[in-house]
Amino acid sequence: MRRYAERYTLPAIVLHWLIALLIIATFLLGLTMVNIHGLTPAKLKYFSWHKWMGVTVLGLACLRLLWRLTHRPPTYPDTMAGWQKNAAHAVHALLYVLIFAVPLSGYFFSLAAGVPVVYLGLVPLPVLIAPNPALRPLLEHTHYLLNMTLLAVFCLHVLAALKHLLIDRDRLFQRMLP
Amino acid sequence: MFNATLARTARRAAILALFVALPALAAALKADPAKSKITATFKQMNVPVDAAFRKFDARIAYDPTKPETSKADVTIDVASFDLGDADYNKEVQKKEWFDTAQFPQARFTSTSIKPAGAGKLDVTGKLTIKGKTTDVHFPMTVARDGNAESFDGTLPIKRLSYDIGEGEWKDTSMVADDVVIHFHVVAAP
Repeated sequence: MRRYAERYTLPAIVLHWLIALLIIATFLLGLTMVNIHGLTPAKLKYFSWHKWMGVTVLGLACLRLLWRLTHRPPTYPDTMAGWQKNAAHAVHALLYVLIFAVPLSGYFFSLAAGVPVVYLGLVPLPVLIAPNPALRPLLEHTHYLLNMTLLAVFCLHVLAALKHLLIDRDRLFQRMLP
Repeated sequence: MFNATLARTARRAAILALFVALPALAAALKADPAKSKITATFKQMNVPVDAAFRKFDARIAYDPTKPETSKADVTIDVASFDLGDADYNKEVQKKEWFDTAQFPQARFTSTSIKPAGAGKLDVTGKLTIKGKTTDVHFPMTVARDGNAESFDGTLPIKRLSYDIGEGEWKDTSMVADDVVIHFHVVAAP
């Protein structure tokens, strides 16, 4: 039983919740800004903030991946069925891919649109591709599809976590609580 | 008889007019739109964004042996301003920005062009955007390109002196006051 009580390390817990909150905020801000009609100062501000937040997520994702590669996460309880463990691994792997893919697709979308990203309005980030009107709608669509995938995988992740907390009551959820 | 004399006089006048006009014609160059480019770089929340004026007409009188006699007249179709996004292109035509309905054209007319070393010219002139005219001064380089001349230069302006961005857009923390116009004009006779 002791093994089940094994917790994530503090850096992992901090990174998990920080990335989670930032992704939710960035996602909602993204939905808000694209629904503003015309051109307003608020819209431009939101676009900049959205990009800064996305770049922050990308940076934290790098730290998170580093942590994951250098640490072994706590194992799943034996009470979990094999398929559930596999499903959990698959969802986590997908989340890892998406926390990189979503901000990167947005970054390249912005570059293709001819708008480089200046982090916090201070640090110009590398302009890796030239403005590209042909690539632009493609990257816009990719960014959107990846976000919808993230939303779906996020829902699965949250539902599974709640199932462990409320139905299974196997203290799996608590391992990620600060 | 009288008709023949009149015709001869007319022919002489035409030939004379041609000779008088020729030196002026030889120096008159017209921009090649395919090779020329006029862009504006502005900063939006510190992010540099380039946008091009797709339609313009530049007429330049330039004689390399007498550069001080040069003259330039550039007319820009402001509605052709291309930010790379159809919606934004429409937005900047509105009253707060370029007000293209009221002021469809921007214009630069030189008042003096002085030689400033090999391949360099010092240009002074009047720039009119959105009905506001200011005196501008900028260096320009000129280089021979086949039978054409290619003129290059950079002209920094302040957007607010032309009322570009009114109301809430006056906020220079959103869009900086400083805008740099870059031009590359290839003009041939």
